[in-house]
Amino acid sequence: MLDGRPVRVLLIELDKKRTVLEEREDLKSWLGGVGIATCLLKEHLLPGEDAFHPGQPVVLAIGPMSTVYPVVTKAVAMFKSPLTGELGESYAGLRLAMSMRFAGYDAIVLKGQSAAPAYLTITPQQVQFNDARGLWGLSTEESGRILRQLSPGSGHRSTLRIGRAGEKQVAFACAVVDTFRHFGRLGLGAVLGSKKIKALVIHGDLNIPITNPTLYNQVYEKIYKQLVETEIMQKYHGLGTTGNVEPLNALGALPVRNLQASSYPEAVNLSGETLARETLIRKIACSGCPIGCIHIGLFRRRFGLDHEHEYESLSVSYDHELVYALGTMLGFTGHRQVYALIEKVEQLGLDAISAGVALAWATEAQQWGLLSPERELLVSLAFGQVDPYLTALDYIVSQPTEFYQALSRGTWAVAKQYGGTEFACVLGKNEVAGYHTGYANIIGQAFGARHSHLDNAGYAIDQELVSKSPATPEEIISRIIREEEERNALNSLIICLFARKVYQLPLVSEALSALGLSWTTEDLSALGQKIYREKMALKKSMGFQPEQVLIPARFLETTAIKQQLSPEKMEQLRRLMVEKLSAITLA
Amino acid sequence: MPGKILQAHGMNRCIGCYSCMLACARVVNKSYSPRYSAIQIRTRGGLQSKLTADICRGCLDAPCAAACPADALLPRPEGGVRFSRKKCAGCGDCAQKCVVQVIYFDERNCRPVVCIQCGTCVRFCPHDVLSMEVRSNA
Repeated sequence: MLDGRPVRVLLIELDKKRTVLEEREDLKSWLGGVGIATCLLKEHLLPGEDAFHPGQPVVLAIGPMSTVYPVVTKAVAMFKSPLTGELGESYAGLRLAMSMRFAGYDAIVLKGQSAAPAYLTITPQQVQFNDARGLWGLSTEESGRILRQLSPGSGHRSTLRIGRAGEKQVAFACAVVDTFRHFGRLGLGAVLGSKKIKALVIHGDLNIPITNPTLYNQVYEKIYKQLVETEIMQKYHGLGTTGNVEPLNALGALPVRNLQASSYPEAVNLSGETLARETLIRKIACSGCPIGCIHIGLFRRRFGLDHEHEYESLSVSYDHELVYALGTMLGFTGHRQVYALIEKVEQLGLDAISAGVALAWATEAQQWGLLSPERELLVSLAFGQVDPYLTALDYIVSQPTEFYQALSRGTWAVAKQYGGTEFACVLGKNEVAGYHTGYANIIGQAFGARHSHLDNAGYAIDQELVSKSPATPEEIISRIIREEEERNALNSLIICLFARKVYQLPLVSEALSALGLSWTTEDLSALGQKIYREKMALKKSMGFQPEQVLIPARFLETTAIKQQLSPEKMEQLRRLMVEKLSAITLA
Repeated sequence: MPGKILQAHGMNRCIGCYSCMLACARVVNKSYSPRYSAIQIRTRGGLQSKLTADICRGCLDAPCAAACPADALLPRPEGGVRFSRKKCAGCGDCAQKCVVQVIYFDERNCRPVVCIQCGTCVRFCPHDVLSMEVRSNA
């Protein structure tokens, strides 16, 4: 890892309350991040067993450049996903990567199951297993507050915790990192809940001396200047990701009311411009990122009708994906309702995208008569009505009926049981992100390793192709795969993907060289390909069958960037991707 | 930057990016670790609260220097100190005598992390939070 040292892996056996520190020379050829996490997942995984089997591992990893260079701020989590039944991979920022770096661990592997609710305090010197019975059942905010009081190292620690959703093993429960960031997707919170782990507090204050200060400072300053003195990163600091809402709406690529439409006039009320003007109170950055893309909005809420002049004020972190999933998908036309839902999913510890898409599906299922407000839902859902959604989110966690038990396993699982798969906005069993741009977006999420829009950015490929002559299916598929391979190289470092236009591979190679690591651009490209193939093989071992991936009809019914998608072309792309993946995993 | 001391008047604008801490650690103390920075950014109670900067306040006739038995810390006439790592005997008395308790004493290496009022942290602040200014009562 850093300066050519072996990769340090902290293995924590929860049932035995035992730790092993491994110094792994063999992992150096995987660089770091998703590279080493994939290897460690493969090493410890029980591929045929359930995601909640006590023996399943949770892997956290950072890369050689983490915190050492600006905007290299993410940590990766890998696990077997309870939502998809296969590859779980999620990224989070704020203080986690920094804390792991200076605690001296490149990767942490949790295995086994604690006998009782516990939280772990991880420092450079030791791992403490602490009683968490008093924290079990608490919200993510309250447990975070208590853990801050109980733990050392203010400013140099990270607190990763689950809410009640994780404790109740909702398949799309998230793990909250330092209040405002998350391992959001694919159910890490549920896996931690199954292990009875409420939280990890990681405290890192080691001194790691710089071996080549002159060269390192030169490269650091060059990167820093590109980040702060050019326009490349401006949009992320300015409006943040909600700057996408208005352009996507204008394009006709913003999913609205369970993707019954791809634009609506009221989107202007949820645009980045409106949210900034009416609610933005501050911005926050991950440790080592001078950009500061985390936008915090003020949510002012009256206590109730009996309290005329009584208000509470809450700070909520808003992003495009939340505004989409808990806003446009649910037909809202104002930020107050969306902020109320954001606050609710934060406290429960649910993934915002999956939760919003699940509620959007349930609303339409009620409209079609597949679900009864009295029998299954216990509440009547309607687009644009916030109170029933707040109640339904509580029910997803408390699971008072068989229906909510099914819903807690995800939108695809519940639609298979109750009907309505054709309008489930799900690809590869994962609820989709907030873009409806066309073929590459759909195929990219359906076949990406973790079924995320961030696997291969198909939404960006679609937008590029719109302005150019029609691409052939072969071109579209090879663009998707190439992008995913390259992102695996960046995710082995782990650079925030917002900075991918700064961190081109030649610059990455130069940056690694200043740390005493020799990686050419060709080496990095080859690594990206190697990780992609390894992940796909791992998915297959867990039961992923590309030929079984379905594309629900809703994706073709609603126009994408004002064009009607053709079922024939979609099928052509699907078949081609299946062929490519078969060739990759057989090679 | 002679004649001036570090000020953090713009903390309401701070985004908590740690660029200042990383700069001090990197340039002054030759460490990757933000703990080895003489400026420390903290929350007042989690990330929902305001951020605060623990910095050297540039005392005139600095008590930390007066406490140093090895003349490793010398008072600057404009406030604050100069630090000679070579002369430092590693006793830690400076950290104990710091009025605002911002000198971090590294027990592992027996050396204090001391602000030398060089302004490196200011150069890397992306949000105009920090500045070098002449002491108001100089």
